[in-house]
Amino acid sequence: MKRTLALVRKELASYFAGPLVYVVIGAFLCATGLQFYTTLNSYVTIGFGLNILEHFWEEFFVNYIAFYLLIVVPLFTMRLLAEERRLGTIELLYTYPLRDREIMFAKFAACLIVFLLFIAGTLLYPAIVYAIQPFDPRPFVARYLGTLLFLGSCIACGLFISSLTESQVIASSCTFVVLLLFWILTWNEAAVSTSLVTVLSQTSTFDHFHTFATGVIDLKDCLYFLFFIGLFLFLTLRSMESRQWRGRR
Amino acid sequence: MIAVDGLVKDFGRTRAVAGVSFNVAAGEIMGLLGPNGSGKTTIMRILTGFFPPTEGSVAIDGLDVERHPLAIRERIGYLPENVVLYPDLTVVRFLRFCAEVKGVPAPVRRARLDEVIGACGLTEVAGKLIGKLSKGYRQRVGIAQALVHRPRVLILDEPTVGLDPRQIIEIRTLIKALAGSTTVLLSTHILPEVSMTCGRVIIIDYGRIIAEDTALGLTQRVRGSDETRVRVAGPRADVLAALAAVGGLDELREEPTGDGAVTVVVRSARGDALRCEIAALVIGRGWGLLEMRTLPMSLEDLFVRLVRDDRDAAA
Repeated sequence: MKRTLALVRKELASYFAGPLVYVVIGAFLCATGLQFYTTLNSYVTIGFGLNILEHFWEEFFVNYIAFYLLIVVPLFTMRLLAEERRLGTIELLYTYPLRDREIMFAKFAACLIVFLLFIAGTLLYPAIVYAIQPFDPRPFVARYLGTLLFLGSCIACGLFISSLTESQVIASSCTFVVLLLFWILTWNEAAVSTSLVTVLSQTSTFDHFHTFATGVIDLKDCLYFLFFIGLFLFLTLRSMESRQWRGRR
Repeated sequence: MIAVDGLVKDFGRTRAVAGVSFNVAAGEIMGLLGPNGSGKTTIMRILTGFFPPTEGSVAIDGLDVERHPLAIRERIGYLPENVVLYPDLTVVRFLRFCAEVKGVPAPVRRARLDEVIGACGLTEVAGKLIGKLSKGYRQRVGIAQALVHRPRVLILDEPTVGLDPRQIIEIRTLIKALAGSTTVLLSTHILPEVSMTCGRVIIIDYGRIIAEDTALGLTQRVRGSDETRVRVAGPRADVLAALAAVGGLDELREEPTGDGAVTVVVRSARGDALRCEIAALVIGRGWGLLEMRTLPMSLEDLFVRLVRDDRDAAA
């Protein structure tokens, strides 16, 4: 455990040594902040009598927070293992007294911690609205739990893809494509048969996240994301172990 | 301390290590000598538990590498070939990470870091980013990370490659200072390096051991004939003719020089007797003997010699 924590601290030191974290957090908060302002504005001015708060937050979390995270996550997961392999430092990690799963969890945890900063930044938006007009904060527990689970899934997927290649460009672009595919799986429901839609909506991250965004915690959705994370972490571990039977590092 | 038995490693259809067995006693410095691609790095990676052998077994400190990977790694300090470190960490931050991961207890960590930074000559760059360091300094950081937890076994893959002569001497001194307290296995493809630091040497080629001996024993074994360089100030044609007439020469070749002196390399099995004769000859003719030097044997020569000996023994 101590050793895993040492690796987490090293990962964080690496993240914050470069400008990437600061630049991307800045860009992310600018983009979501702009969407917060314009979307809320449009709901207030042309709300068509909808329950503004409920629909606004649902749209804001699904279309903006989650989607922008989906775009940003590959930029951070691409270096997790691909960079170590390209540099050759993975040989150090593999010969230090660390288990493969400790290396994997440390990488996953460090990346998640960085993204907690992103999420913490977004707490500003409900806080602003609450200051003007207090509301029931409980749905936000669901929204933020959903965001966290979705984030974990994206990072696990990115970590796995990063373990397959030495190229960060390949790692980030493949991760983005895979994440996007899971996200838009059900967007054109009319194009496929109803039975297929049922299967797709069970597989799509979008559909499962949507429940959280409406302010509801459903055990089924929690399990879906936990399974998603578990699956990709399992695949990462297998991929790391492949050095045992492959000739390459 | 290190017991390697019947080690075989296949990568697909390529056999990188083909049945290697050797022992390294506690406190001994053992050299692993071989050309690039001979299997040195593969053997070292198996020893560190980076990947398992296809066949055979490795025990370090009595523990099997495959069955006790973590316990083994705690006992080992490893410097990989072409050491590359995290460029975005400072030297101190990186070494602290290594100390933490390798289980150096918190109360002594500070002192241990200072000690290893001092021993590896890193004091003035301790606060710098590793990415900004020169190759020599990075190599020393690599050695520092291997030493930081005072390992009982040190495995160094080409520790002096890419260093300038002064740094090479420093690193050699550092390694020699470890003899007795630490078991060291180091690989190299430079022959003098082995004779200067290692007690015993294993020579490998195509994944198998072709010779195992002390550094002195190896040189004696191939002492059969050696090369001597002679530089003489005198008329070129006469000098060449006189030297060619000396008995017992296997080979004589002239090396070009720019200063008018005649430089000749002779190979012979006669050793010092030959050098005495040449010296007497040159002086007797009234020429100037500017230089006479036994040439250090290159690894290539040694290999050619050992492989030939092998074949002769088989025939």
